[in-house]
Amino acid sequence: MHTTPEAVIAILGMALVTIAVKASGLLLADRLPREGFAAAWLRHIPGAVLAALVAPALITGSPAEAVAALATGGVFILTRNLFAAMAAGVAMVYLIRLLIAG
Amino acid sequence: MSTLAAPYRFSEQFCAGARACVPVAISVAAYGLVWGVLARGAGLSLIEVVMMSGLVFAGSAQFVALDLWTATPSSLPIGPLILAALIVNLRYLLLTATLRPLYPEKGLWRGALSMYLVTDENWAMTVAAMARGGGSVAFLMGGGVLAWISWMSTNLIGYGLGSAIDDPARWGLDFAFTATFLALLLGMWKGRSDLVPWLVAALAAIVTAQFVEGSWHILVGGLAGSLAGALVEVRKHAHHA
Repeated sequence: MHTTPEAVIAILGMALVTIAVKASGLLLADRLPREGFAAAWLRHIPGAVLAALVAPALITGSPAEAVAALATGGVFILTRNLFAAMAAGVAMVYLIRLLIAG
Repeated sequence: MSTLAAPYRFSEQFCAGARACVPVAISVAAYGLVWGVLARGAGLSLIEVVMMSGLVFAGSAQFVALDLWTATPSSLPIGPLILAALIVNLRYLLLTATLRPLYPEKGLWRGALSMYLVTDENWAMTVAAMARGGGSVAFLMGGGVLAWISWMSTNLIGYGLGSAIDDPARWGLDFAFTATFLALLLGMWKGRSDLVPWLVAALAAIVTAQFVEGSWHILVGGLAGSLAGALVEVRKHAHHA
């Protein structure tokens, strides 16, 4: 059980901005835009952030990782199961590396 | 409305909310297990896992945080971690605003504190109940408490599983991050209107990552992609009008 002041500050900061955003939605409910540019922008943020996170990792990865990414995507589309998709990707990387090494 | 009802109604509504959220709590559990495994790999300590899941309690933001986390405190990117949590969670403005009808005119500040327990899952169930003429603060809280317990307990189980593995790369587990994020992304697909924002986000992130050190590509790509998505959506509506 250990932590550092840096980690505590980061986590408390994350917690504060999260509750602040959630509470603001309720408190400002009557003044927030329900449609139009701002609302559409807010809706698109999570997907765009995840795409920005994944894309560089995918193009800088090895061929083994590219194949594994296809397996991950395929399994997720078929099963809609996050755990199965992750396991398929990990197993694929493991197997290809085993084959190349052996 | 139910806000004037006797106390026993609260527990009744609380249990109804928890029951309605059982199916989605199972999906929370699956994500929680994966997050726990990855948190171990990212170098979070047990107490940090408990603090983050207990206090932040926001799945997407916590997944993004794992990508930014470093095990060495001196290089922990505190600013980017907080900024990323803010940006990823901004969409909650839209979600919690729709819960306004559940709260009385006065004393909204106390209601604001209860927003801590709002997740995508219990929000969706509560809004569905509201559409049927039901739903209440207690209903929302019941689902929230169930989601919290489900998230925290599976995070800890995942963390325990993660620590049983000494060398993650040997088992291909270094790819678990990318695989998880890819699956999370695919799970967010709602239709063709996601194509432009995702492509713009990906391209902007790839270019930024080439030229700028650190995690700026997440911020640049996320902002560029979401703004592009909003632009396309607003243009389309203008054409139809």
